[in-house]
Amino acid sequence: MPAGPAGWLGTGREIGMGRTTGAIGGGMGSGSGRFSGWRILKEGLTGNRGWRPHFRNPAPKPEYDVLIIGGGGHGLATAFYLAQEHGLTNVAVLEKGYLGGGNVGRNTTIVRANYGLPGNSEFYSHSLKLWEGMERELNFNTMMSQRGVLNLYHSDGQRDAFARRGNAMRNQGDDAELLDRAAVRRLVPYLDFDNARFPVHGGLLHRRGGTARHDAVAWGYARGADHRGVDLIQNCTVTGIDIVQGRVTGVQTTRGAIRAKKVGIVVAGRSSEVAAMAGMRLPIESHVLQAFVTEGLKPVIDHVVTFGMSHFYISQSDKGGLVFGGDLDFYASYAARGNLPMVEHVMEAGMTLMPMIGKARVLRSWGGIMDMSPDGSPIIDRTGVDGLYLNCGWCYGGFKAVPGSGFSFAHLVATDRPHAPAARFRLDRFATGRGLMDEEGTGAQHNLH
Amino acid sequence: MRLTCPLCGARDRREFTYQGDAIMLTRPSNDDPTAFSDWLHLRDNPAGRTRDLWYHEAGCCAWLVVERDTVTHAVHSVALVEGEDAD
Repeated sequence: MPAGPAGWLGTGREIGMGRTTGAIGGGMGSGSGRFSGWRILKEGLTGNRGWRPHFRNPAPKPEYDVLIIGGGGHGLATAFYLAQEHGLTNVAVLEKGYLGGGNVGRNTTIVRANYGLPGNSEFYSHSLKLWEGMERELNFNTMMSQRGVLNLYHSDGQRDAFARRGNAMRNQGDDAELLDRAAVRRLVPYLDFDNARFPVHGGLLHRRGGTARHDAVAWGYARGADHRGVDLIQNCTVTGIDIVQGRVTGVQTTRGAIRAKKVGIVVAGRSSEVAAMAGMRLPIESHVLQAFVTEGLKPVIDHVVTFGMSHFYISQSDKGGLVFGGDLDFYASYAARGNLPMVEHVMEAGMTLMPMIGKARVLRSWGGIMDMSPDGSPIIDRTGVDGLYLNCGWCYGGFKAVPGSGFSFAHLVATDRPHAPAARFRLDRFATGRGLMDEEGTGAQHNLH
Repeated sequence: MRLTCPLCGARDRREFTYQGDAIMLTRPSNDDPTAFSDWLHLRDNPAGRTRDLWYHEAGCCAWLVVERDTVTHAVHSVALVEGEDAD
């Protein structure tokens, strides 16, 4: 059952913040202070000449306490929380490209905590609370917008399933409201309510859900980690993982060998490749997921809206583009681009649900590489190698997990004990069959999610 | 993407359903639970050349082994599963 917006793909370079470091920000590392209304006023009156880069671009040192492989949202958040929560600052993040250039820079920016199963439920609940405090914690505008996520239902059976899910969300302490057709019509009058095939019967509204500025999340965590002493090392591809007598001792990279006591792998769609360097095979298949953005329009869609009868989810970015996506292309791929049949399918679904968007012109589409796990739920765990930790399996839902994943992974790396909200994200659950988190009820094997 | 079914010829990707890694053809014995679990769950998941199973659902309903590249989406070969799974 389509349970909600997949929410991993995004707006690319959609909103007009510069890509380069320091386009907007004030680097505290360079002593230029915190962001504040006063500071923006002052800079505005003095020609904006006082802004400095957000973070340094250091060369790797020979040794660190902790290495995080992967400078995406999850890796940067992990580094930030290692420093913030555990006082570990002799840390480096190794990124093969530029920071935030992978899935965190190409998702549909949806934030939500509407999961039903124990394990997922408490994790995403914790993550949403971190989202709500993120801007204050990072002193960075991540444009968190709790505009509400509305999952539509189109049949009696689906209404019952959503009522159950809403109850699960409220039992977890989060918010959910089951809306009837009239209430949905008041909220989003532009839907094709009387569609002959898929009439809209109502929806499940999660008001604390919404969207955030995806690149800003990566930059905010990068800036926070950098200011606490973490080295963010770009253009540094890990080519090998050094293991001596069952214990990790460091990594080989394109910028030389780096020794470390602990190493964390947080590389999303590339998880299998990096884990193979440590002799591991993972329960992961990498698939392609596409998303789309239209030209900028005046405000027309105020929420995140998901179609319950076909995989389609949409929101409008603050710049005005309609950002929408659908399902996987459903075959293993590292191409970061998809096929036309899924493009057609997504457009059909959108037109079925809200014909008013038919005249909007699509500007761009793109694909990302999803680390699909057999049960559709993630893995945050130790590995068979001492000091080597794994964070993967986010499937098509990694964006909303960024703060929670970073927080829980940092806890695991720092203390060697799982963090309670992520304690069920075990690597061995597929072998033992215990604690499988098959949110969609379709089975815990590849290609079912 | 188009796949050339050995029975039907070149057909649109929409006629086919993807199953996954062709390792599913070499099922280990049930005696060793670890080997069985590894076979079911663990994947090489290569960035590059791979062999996977496709079902020609909207065509001849044959199961196919497709050798293709996960980075370029190039298709190298398509063969009937029947040839190697005749039991």
